Amino acid sequence: MIANYLHDIRFWLASHHQAVLSAAVIVAIVYPFAVTTYILSLGIEVLIFAIFAMSLDLLLGYTGLPSFGHAAFFGLGAYILAYFSSHSELALGLTDNLLITLPIVILGTALVAVMLGFLALRTSGIYFLMITLAFAQMLFSIAIRWSSVTGGSDGLTGIPRPTLGIGQWKYSFDDRPSFYYLVLMIFLILWWMLRRIVRSPFGLALRGIRVNEQRMRALGYNTFRYKFAAFVLAGVIAGLAGMLLAQFFWHAVPQNLFWSMSGQALIMVIVGGAGTLTGPVIGAALIRLLPNLASTYTQRSETFMGVVLILFVLFAPGGIIGVLRGRR
Amino acid sequence: MDTITIQFLNGLVFSMLLFVMAAGLSLMFGQMNVINLAHGSYYMLGGYVGLTMVREFESFWIALILAPVMVGTLGIIIEYFFLRRLYGAHRHLDQVLCTYGIALIAADLIRWTWGPYVVAVPPPPQLQGQVPFLGIQFPLYRLSLIAFGIIIATLLWIFIERTRIGMIVRAGVSDARMVSALGINIHFVFAGVFALSTALAALAGVIGAPIHSLYPGLDFEILIMTLAVVVVGGLGTLKGAFLGSILIGMADTFGKAFMPEFALFFIFAVMAIVLLLRPSGLLGLQGR
Repeated sequence: MIANYLHDIRFWLASHHQAVLSAAVIVAIVYPFAVTTYILSLGIEVLIFAIFAMSLDLLLGYTGLPSFGHAAFFGLGAYILAYFSSHSELALGLTDNLLITLPIVILGTALVAVMLGFLALRTSGIYFLMITLAFAQMLFSIAIRWSSVTGGSDGLTGIPRPTLGIGQWKYSFDDRPSFYYLVLMIFLILWWMLRRIVRSPFGLALRGIRVNEQRMRALGYNTFRYKFAAFVLAGVIAGLAGMLLAQFFWHAVPQNLFWSMSGQALIMVIVGGAGTLTGPVIGAALIRLLPNLASTYTQRSETFMGVVLILFVLFAPGGIIGVLRGRR
Repeated sequence: MDTITIQFLNGLVFSMLLFVMAAGLSLMFGQMNVINLAHGSYYMLGGYVGLTMVREFESFWIALILAPVMVGTLGIIIEYFFLRRLYGAHRHLDQVLCTYGIALIAADLIRWTWGPYVVAVPPPPQLQGQVPFLGIQFPLYRLSLIAFGIIIATLLWIFIERTRIGMIVRAGVSDARMVSALGINIHFVFAGVFALSTALAALAGVIGAPIHSLYPGLDFEILIMTLAVVVVGGLGTLKGAFLGSILIGMADTFGKAFMPEFALFFIFAVMAIVLLLRPSGLLGLQGR
């Protein structure tokens, strides 16, 4: 019975792939006009976490690098931005102009990703997982303890929404709908870019590394360089997501660096479907929206997440996308 | 000088706790290639179950025996229903995710059952108070913990290196399929190692509770430390777990004492240096 329905859905999705995609984009564009501010905020959150989850999937689903510390870059992006643009007395409070803050966040996260990548990519599998986890926890503990710079457990507050300014001309993304469009635009650019990347020869090499790294090496690929590039790219994209989150909530908090944030991104990728770009987006939407659907859920949300994760791992390792495509 | 002696002894105490944790994690990895992210949860569960036992029976010693037995039994159930489905070369990530799910559920249920507060656990009455040691006054409970850790390490070493069952376990670490082909029920061995490993974690939880208290989030704190230990020491060997525990225990204790803001940074620095020099740990199994 259910199998029949699933088969129908699969068939319909396969034959209407482009239409579904276009419809999703149109819905995303008219979204701010159709919903309340609260629902709009949820939409912004989902898009930011979708960017974060997609970046993790580049490592996990495409390259086969199980990072359990991806929140390191998410939080780092938030803190770097906070340090440069927050009005709090701890921070520099230089500018909220995206044309300046964006390159700073990209350079900052890339620098850290280069350093960590150089170290962590000497290992693989379980060791890689443990070293990334430990690194993220180290950043978390620094964020908590080094309060004269990071604001301690309160984090850095007073972050303005971004502006875009060239010379005299200046546009502010202060109100919610315009910030939504900024996030949507960045999301679409990154999605398109990642789509191009995973389908390029570079992306195919990454998939090859996931399936059989030794064979790729035997074919003459310098696999370390490929993994390194993927690691830095994923770190930078996660940093951008963190930057957007900090701008959206006006603050950067240690929670952004915490292991549970890395874990949440992992759950998003696994539940949505690793090794696809749509999967993490669906996963991000589900994981961020579910708490709003049931009040009992919010009380026992960790149990719920744990159960969902275990069920998917045991019965549908391909995630939602895997189920829809009829692959396990 | 006195401060250094005190910190050194405190470091040893923490090292012993870490060793009891890391030995189980390391054995399990060597045996089944499973890295258990719920290992910290067994520690915390052991601590809380022990606390309830201390309150019920008013005896620390009953808790010391019963809590590991109960958590170990739970370990067997978890192994049978969840992890057994996920053994195999290409399912590492699935195992990690499954144990992560278990850790999430455990953390939530523990908070539900015992509340979100910090609970202090008194040491057993026989071991309260301070005694003179190496020219300083040092808590008797902490001193006994060092001794206890050394006893556990010795017993484990004898069990793994000198008994027939230990021989089978070691053979399973080298080549589980070969052991299976020799007519030994490898699933039985796996379940046994899993139970031993979870029971050890619970034991560490019981003896660690009077030192660190019990609070939500303890599970992941101790898990991170244990993972650091096995990264530094290398997975799959008892010696590695012991060496790693000493290094990380000392780095953490001295780091916290002298540069509290960057305590975890020290641990990460130790990990980084070891990984740069020997990617699979100081005494780890090569080629994993």
